[in-house]
Amino acid sequence: MASKPRTLYEKIWDAHVVERRDDGTCILYIDRHLVHEVTSPQAFEALRLAGRKVRRPDLTLAVPDHNLPTTPRTDTAGNRLPIEDPQSAAQLAALEANAPAFGIDYIDATAPEQGIVHVVGPEQGFSLPGATIVCGDSHTAAHGGIGALAFGIGTSEVEHVLATQTLQLRPSKSMEVRVEGELGPGVTPKDLILHIIGVIGTAGGTGHVIEYRGPVFEQMSVEGRLTVCNMSIEGGARAGLIAPDDTVFSYLEGRPYAPRGEAWDKAVAWWQTLHSDPDAVFDKTVVINAADVEPTVSWGTSPEDVVPVGGVVPTPESFADPSKQSAARKSLDYMGLEPGQRIEDIAIENVFIGSCTNSRIEDLRAAADVLKGRTKASNVRWAIVVPGSGLVKRQAEAEGLDQIFTAAGFEWREPGCSACLAMNPDKVPPGERCASTSNRNFVGRQGPGARTHLVSPAMAAAAAVTGRLADVRTLAPCQAVDA
Amino acid sequence: MDKVSTIEGRAIPLGLKNVDTDVIIPAHWLKTVSREGLGKGAFETIRQAPGNPFDVEDFAGAPILIAGDNFGCGSSREHAAWALLDLGITAVIAPSFSDIFSGNAFKNGILTVELPQDQVDRLLEITVDHPVTIDLENQTVTTPFQDRFAFEVDPFRKHCLLEGLDEIGLTLERGAEIETHEQQRAQALPWLDAPQRRDAA
Repeated sequence: MASKPRTLYEKIWDAHVVERRDDGTCILYIDRHLVHEVTSPQAFEALRLAGRKVRRPDLTLAVPDHNLPTTPRTDTAGNRLPIEDPQSAAQLAALEANAPAFGIDYIDATAPEQGIVHVVGPEQGFSLPGATIVCGDSHTAAHGGIGALAFGIGTSEVEHVLATQTLQLRPSKSMEVRVEGELGPGVTPKDLILHIIGVIGTAGGTGHVIEYRGPVFEQMSVEGRLTVCNMSIEGGARAGLIAPDDTVFSYLEGRPYAPRGEAWDKAVAWWQTLHSDPDAVFDKTVVINAADVEPTVSWGTSPEDVVPVGGVVPTPESFADPSKQSAARKSLDYMGLEPGQRIEDIAIENVFIGSCTNSRIEDLRAAADVLKGRTKASNVRWAIVVPGSGLVKRQAEAEGLDQIFTAAGFEWREPGCSACLAMNPDKVPPGERCASTSNRNFVGRQGPGARTHLVSPAMAAAAAVTGRLADVRTLAPCQAVDA
Repeated sequence: MDKVSTIEGRAIPLGLKNVDTDVIIPAHWLKTVSREGLGKGAFETIRQAPGNPFDVEDFAGAPILIAGDNFGCGSSREHAAWALLDLGITAVIAPSFSDIFSGNAFKNGILTVELPQDQVDRLLEITVDHPVTIDLENQTVTTPFQDRFAFEVDPFRKHCLLEGLDEIGLTLERGAEIETHEQQRAQALPWLDAPQRRDAA
């Protein structure tokens, strides 16, 4: 076993197998479990009914994010403001009661560390390289950006992990997405992952764990890696990961939950072994040429429906697959678009900068770079920035980014999932269009009838100032892209 | 979990591909602390269109749904499985399923049956007027005509479904093995076993 070359995924998997059955199913140990308010109440309730405990509350961290309004949470005197929606309030109350009742560390809705669970995990050093990380949310794939095996689970699995700290799983196949060359100026990690999903399709990674490889990722910031891995699930892969390196170690060192002292040194020594062996074999390989990647936008209602911003809305007949043709017709009808229409002629009324995909400090910097000294176009009715966490918000304020956003006509909000899935009051009205840095352009995702165009933070800012989908590279002298 | 063996009856010929979990149950229905009652919100957008298959009287209470490729993609919300159950759907037939959805379905005793597109197309035609039968034990889908389509199923999942086993109960029986793993891990990877607490920072 030791002599067989292994992929990064296989190395992490093997280190966590408690028991392997003859049929290939494994009991896999889970190192870190993140819990939020929407997918956990039924799990805690089931534990209670069965008289079961949480096996390892010390490996579990709870934080509310999906439901919270992004308007101020306390009044000027610091008193907590009630949540108007009674159902949202009840879900939050359930988590607030369940976490201490089961001995789980809890980040309160008003704490500065509160934020979107996938921003909080790495930011707190709770998520670590080589760890198995789960959460009742499909974008848990994000944590693969620091070299963890991280994936979303359903509520029954949340309950299973709470009760046993394990999951019963069969190993996935491995898929290599190798990116050759360098990204052009003004092309960001978000553009890259949208392009990749366009190439592999939304089911391209089904049954697989993706490892992203190539010099692009070695040069990419941790924030950028989290963005790429985050959207692995949009390519059908339950998890996506990038081998951890010094960039990741520097990012994690000194974070609250990260190991210290001797434990840190020991951890780094192990993390340095976490890469695919040179002769490791992947079940599937896709090669992407970085030079082919342009600032990318979505036109339809599936994340695979993407085109370069300089392109046009496709004709349904241009797809070979008849079922894709009919899906494209339905998408265009929902989106109110005509085949052949230039992407840059599509006017937008809303801009959303946020979500677990693009709400970290570098995302906000990239958007602010474009917005500096500019204001949103008159047809842009609603533009909001929702930082990924209270700490991101504070950092942005320390850098004066909030001033740039508000001067440009954006609203500066409290952290949470917000208009990415519109569970809280932040919704895009029916029939209106939104340039959104989120991850899903599904029918009704940002509110019933809402039309979503997925873009990078810089492209969202460009859309805000021009009032239409626009190529950020034609707007400003290209600045160093660090997001 | 209730035992699952044979599912027989009408099937809703939805046929769409890439049916995501936001379509199966939109996010505003997730603000619940219960698993019950989500059928009201199931396929909300599709059901708003006149003449949609869910409105056809013959399909009321149908236990089977037939869909296209990549059914259940997107969010991990188990509410999608609970919504199907609340509609009375206990099996879905499609050419492929998202990984997370098929796991969630299994945990709730919903059978996900993968058949090639041409067989799914055939079933989409037949089910407009006729029932179908899914036999888990023999791993077949049959129609009142001569169709007999074999499907694959994970042996462990099949066993759990046929016996109505509680997966958590099964894992808890391996408590000693889990403990051994924890002890080895505490030695080899101590920082994973005992994380810093936030308040200790």
